Amino acid sequence: MIEIKDIHKTFGENKVLKGISANFIAGKNNLIIGGSGSGKTTLLKCIVGLHEPTKGSVFFSGENFTEMNFEQRVPIRTHIGMLFQNSALFDSMTVEENIMFPLNLFTKQTAAEKLDRANFCLERVNLAGKNKLYPAELSGGMKKRVGIARAISMQPKYLFVDEPNSGLDPKTSILIDDLINELTEEYNMTTVIVTHDMNSVMGIGEHIIFLHNGEKWWEGSNKEIAHTDNKELNDFVFASKFMQAAKAKL
Amino acid sequence: MFYSLGKYILLLRLSFRKPEKFSVYWAEVMREMVSIGVGSLGIIAIISVFIGAATTIQVAFQLSSPLVSMSIAGKIARDSTILEFSPTISALVLAGRVGSSIASQIGTMRVTEQIDALEIMGVNAPGYLISPKIIASMTMIPLLVIISITLGITGGYIACLVSGDITPDDYLIGVRDGFDGLTIQVALVKAVVFGFIIASICAYQGFYTSGGALEVGQSSTRGVVYSCVMILFADLVITRIML
Repeated sequence: MIEIKDIHKTFGENKVLKGISANFIAGKNNLIIGGSGSGKTTLLKCIVGLHEPTKGSVFFSGENFTEMNFEQRVPIRTHIGMLFQNSALFDSMTVEENIMFPLNLFTKQTAAEKLDRANFCLERVNLAGKNKLYPAELSGGMKKRVGIARAISMQPKYLFVDEPNSGLDPKTSILIDDLINELTEEYNMTTVIVTHDMNSVMGIGEHIIFLHNGEKWWEGSNKEIAHTDNKELNDFVFASKFMQAAKAKL
Repeated sequence: MFYSLGKYILLLRLSFRKPEKFSVYWAEVMREMVSIGVGSLGIIAIISVFIGAATTIQVAFQLSSPLVSMSIAGKIARDSTILEFSPTISALVLAGRVGSSIASQIGTMRVTEQIDALEIMGVNAPGYLISPKIIASMTMIPLLVIISITLGITGGYIACLVSGDITPDDYLIGVRDGFDGLTIQVALVKAVVFGFIIASICAYQGFYTSGGALEVGQSSTRGVVYSCVMILFADLVITRIML
């Protein structure tokens, strides 16, 4: 489980996060949603340690991650997998090398074992046989799937996903969502997903945190979200005509 | 300025922290050596031959007096090549070729979140990205300078054969006359220092890039400009200290 307590983040005069506390539940998809500029990605970066919070703490299974130095964080980081918005695959490496990269650095596996693991991860994301391709040769959806394969190569306890559906067509988006959902259950991971895609919210949002102006505005599940009377959340969720039509049918 | 200097020193300290796995870093060093050393061989060969040839012709032109032995031209061309042209001009050219490549590579990795991906995995990103480049640069640039010296002196010989301003025999006598090993030491010290300057300054500029493609280009330009200025400054300091 991941717990965040009173997270504040300020950039100069700009207060991006204003005291956010939450628990992210193990074995479930925890979604952070909110409009553009609400602080979703900043919160995610504070949790994983890419930004240091101005105030507040992050706990991974009870251990205070915020107070740790670089070396102390390494054992926890080896249990973290992350899928970035633009996949962040290493351009100079093939798909296989990308997936094997963390294994090369942090395990004592033989070359054959690492290759087996890379092949397994690629099969798991339906990209078997694409080992020797470079990121530039992949489509957006394939890059996301390779990113997921790399993220799960170390069998992480925690999976962080930043905008998994950005730039993808609806069909591929659902495929990526389903994949994340399956992997979360399969590995019993604590998955934290930053998104503003309502298909993801309604499809896999078991635990949702809604941010508004850098504050936690609402918390609940996808079953509860359609019936909330929170004005800002309603404005966000039912902004599209598709969602308005769906609400009318409820 | 002091803020940037502090940030630069801290980045260098992070770059030389104990590696997570030596074999992975060693492979990176080898890859960078090929990229920096073998990749720069062509341009270094071309400029060295031409500069050696041009220097010899110009020195011969300036010494066109019956009172001065023409073999002196060979001697002056040799010492100029060893002490100044090969290390400094090569370093300035390499700042453009190698430095811009280092800054843009690391800068692109920064803006496409590849450096964030390394950090999330628990990899010491400055160590993995910067230290192999500095080590490779400090190793390969002295080797390139040695090749450049050889080709520069050869270029002078070719100029003698082609132009006839000095006879090849006079040139060879001059090249052999009064050779002092200290000049080679000075050239190699310069090459090692210039290698460090190019790789570290350009890596620093790339590592702290923020924004997009435009900023990557700006970082690359800044890296090359600052490297060139620091190369010329270090050239003066080393020359003053060692000669």
